[in-house]
Amino acid sequence: MALTSNVHDKGRWERFRDSDFFFAFKRSPVALVSFTIVCILVFSAVFAPWIAPTNPFNPASLNLMDGFTPPMEPNAFTGTRFLMGTDDQGRDVFSTILYGMRVSLFVGASAVLFAMVLGIVLGLVSGYFGGWTETIIMRIADVQLTFPSILVAMLIFGIAKGFTPVEYRDQMAIWVLILAIGLSDWVQFARVVRGTTLVEKKKDYVAAALLIGRRPWAIMIKHILPNALSPVLVIATISLALAIIAEATLSFLGVGAPPTQPSLGTLIRIGQGFLFSGEWWILFFPACTLLVLALSVNLLGDWLRDALNPRLR
Amino acid sequence: MSAYVTVRGLTRVFDVSKPWLNRVLEGRGKAFLTAISDVDFQVEERTTYALVGESGSGKSTIGRTLVGLLRPSAGEVEIEGVNLATEVDADKIASVRSNIQMIFQDPYASLNPRWRVRDIITEPVASKGEDTVGLAERLLEQVGLHPSDAGKFPHEFSGGQRQRICIARALASEPRLIVCDEPTSALDVSVQAQVLNLMSDLKDELGLTYLLITHDLTVVRHMADRIGVLYLGRLVEEADPRSLFSSPKHPYTQMLLDAAPRMDGFGREVPPPKGEIPDPIDPPSGCAFHPRCPIAADICHRERPAMRRVDNALVACHLAE
Amino acid sequence: MTRPVLSIHDLSVDIPTRAGVVKPVDGVSYGIAAGEILGVVGESGAGKSMVGNAVIGLLSRPAHISGGEIWLNGNRIDTLQGERIRRVRGKEIGMVFQDPLTSLNPLLTIGDQLAETILTHLPISKAEAEKRVVAALEEVGIPGAAERIDSYPHEFSGGMRQRVVIALALCAEPSLVIADEPTTALDVSVQAQIISLLKRLCRERGTAIMLITHDMGVIAEAADRVAVMYAGRLAELGPVRDVLQQPEHPYTHGLMTSTPLAAMDQKRLHQIPGAMPRLSHMPEGCAFHPRCPRAQDKCRHAPLPAIEDTRAACWFPMQAETAQ
Repeated sequence: MALTSNVHDKGRWERFRDSDFFFAFKRSPVALVSFTIVCILVFSAVFAPWIAPTNPFNPASLNLMDGFTPPMEPNAFTGTRFLMGTDDQGRDVFSTILYGMRVSLFVGASAVLFAMVLGIVLGLVSGYFGGWTETIIMRIADVQLTFPSILVAMLIFGIAKGFTPVEYRDQMAIWVLILAIGLSDWVQFARVVRGTTLVEKKKDYVAAALLIGRRPWAIMIKHILPNALSPVLVIATISLALAIIAEATLSFLGVGAPPTQPSLGTLIRIGQGFLFSGEWWILFFPACTLLVLALSVNLLGDWLRDALNPRLR
Repeated sequence: MSAYVTVRGLTRVFDVSKPWLNRVLEGRGKAFLTAISDVDFQVEERTTYALVGESGSGKSTIGRTLVGLLRPSAGEVEIEGVNLATEVDADKIASVRSNIQMIFQDPYASLNPRWRVRDIITEPVASKGEDTVGLAERLLEQVGLHPSDAGKFPHEFSGGQRQRICIARALASEPRLIVCDEPTSALDVSVQAQVLNLMSDLKDELGLTYLLITHDLTVVRHMADRIGVLYLGRLVEEADPRSLFSSPKHPYTQMLLDAAPRMDGFGREVPPPKGEIPDPIDPPSGCAFHPRCPIAADICHRERPAMRRVDNALVACHLAE
Repeated sequence: MTRPVLSIHDLSVDIPTRAGVVKPVDGVSYGIAAGEILGVVGESGAGKSMVGNAVIGLLSRPAHISGGEIWLNGNRIDTLQGERIRRVRGKEIGMVFQDPLTSLNPLLTIGDQLAETILTHLPISKAEAEKRVVAALEEVGIPGAAERIDSYPHEFSGGMRQRVVIALALCAEPSLVIADEPTTALDVSVQAQIISLLKRLCRERGTAIMLITHDMGVIAEAADRVAVMYAGRLAELGPVRDVLQQPEHPYTHGLMTSTPLAAMDQKRLHQIPGAMPRLSHMPEGCAFHPRCPRAQDKCRHAPLPAIEDTRAACWFPMQAETAQ
């Protein structure tokens, strides 16, 4: 009983193009719009040095006389126009946003990646081996969940900062931030991966792999992990939005990105000082960017969750 | 002919206690489930030995213990003359293990949905670092699929085709014994016929030995050379198919055969069997079948019957004749 | 034959998908008389459960009835909406599913569940309903029924649970019971008990029963007539003895001979080549022709003969002598 079959195997891209997933994506306006916005924002952040009209952190390119120029109006002294105005030191707000978004996205993505790797490893180990390993890991996760994650991040940030020598503090601040946000966010990944592992390890394909003498690590990584990736992807996307906001919150509170490398949160902190003296644009544009960025990543994550969840189909 | 597999006094107990905290709060002790108890049998080389039983009979536990997925609580398994419980030479054990493969019941859960068929089939060989060029294609052809199916994913196949892929994977490491755990229970009748025929053909071609685990008496009758009937983790009767189906000795076997629906049983009215399978955590004393047995006597409540020969069969019953 | 309790005329079910509309049920007609057990048999994907779901109005979207009529006791029910189909479903039709756990509420005692169903559909007092609950449980053979009405579903074994479900299906005294694979999840010895129970209830109460199953042995022992389905269509319909012993449709014949029981003492089983077509790739003409040993040109193009006039929907039915 031979099967009819097309001559070549379908490649990854062809399979993706024909998949229900891509079909659903094309038909969802929310997914299309939020995906486009995220792409534009990420692109402009990555290529900020080429897109931004000025480099706001190069003192040579700054002119103090440009300070407090409102958006789209000529400066009273120099006559220069700025798309989104300038701040007190004459820095172009549009450029600072592009550079700030770079920091925000870098910190957010790195923190999520860190949390994801940590969560996947701990989830796989606790789900696969069970027993005391599982009890210890999952109890730590439970305890951590009872604290607000921003509090955990602040705690870790504070401790890590204490261990960093003073002269390296500004340089290390970004990495400490990533560590703090990542450590406050691994629990969800670990829980979901553990749940999937518990289900998958009982299935017979795992028994078949055990039978041929595969080691636990090979089974966890090659067999179980690929089946856990869909929910992990969903959580990663939603976590990215949360991590960006967490970073902004920390920076807004002054414990995050240093003034030499301002993120969107730092810009908002700086901008709020000028709100009541009438220079609204210094706060308004960074805040809007943060809102749009976090919202579209979050909407994309929500859509992914619905699209990848077979129960909702 | 020689015994390829010898099972002696095989027992497996599962700890089914509630978590420690629940036990303390509810003041309960540990609970144990004896899935199989003191099972003996031998499988001759190049034959099919069938284990039949209803749910809770422990038939799957025996299969999983035999292939090494579970450890026996007591008793021993001897394969190719190597006692897997006492042998200390790891190489010897590994070489015996590599001669055993398994086919599972659920063709949907036994193939990794994220793997291509080629990778699934060749994994037993590839994981040893050996060459797998053309292996998947050759095996697919052997089980009646098309070689170009190697590049597809499991979800592109029907249940029967998936079961063929499972068989191809089991054949990849060139085993001598294949444990088949309900290989056709999830399949439709016409597909079941295809898979059973394939299994018979492969057995003849490759000189395979099968341990067939199933609840389906019709499949057993067609496939088996020798049959062991299990009830509540114990072997109650062992015979060749002809004598088992023509003159069953154990009352449980008799009940099972009477209860099975027949294709020519139009409007058949037989008194259905009484009672249900007891809770294996708390099995009846003596002979486990006595509460449902039509001929049970006093001794059946007290003493667990030993296997004894009656005509062509081995029967664990005090009263069978 | 007396007026049938249920009669289905030319029923079709459509499911719109990305690739187009598929028809899991295509032009199926049959009837069931009072006190009769009609066995509906077929392999997975044959659409046998879909017919049952269409009758009780439980098709899950986007599946919907696209043609034909369903009549129950002289009333057309496929056009009913909302509350009215719900009343028919509870009062006139009882349902027994494969998995008894899904049809029982785990949080209510079985006594409460039965009483609730009785009170919804019959105008009787609460005390009387309770008496009826005990009677219903006794009737389906639950030992110590009076003591067990306060038990929860999980306290029963699989076979006992299925008995409770049957009691639940029968307690509003429906004229039709649809039993969808009622014994598939059960052991052989318990299956025999449930089948004998269904037969007894059918005989004593004159209920019409639609017994959906894939097991030819169960059909042979329980059914009066049998409807064989293939790829959403009716392949053969007739008295169970005739259909099983002298099948006219080549598919029925193939199905009968491929069971290990039929191949007694033969080395190989008879096998039907190939597999059931996917709904999205239905062959033209007779859906069985690519697998049929008797197929001719006519089978590949012409629409099937209507089953009202013949027993099998086949242009070249097997005669008694060729079927041997």
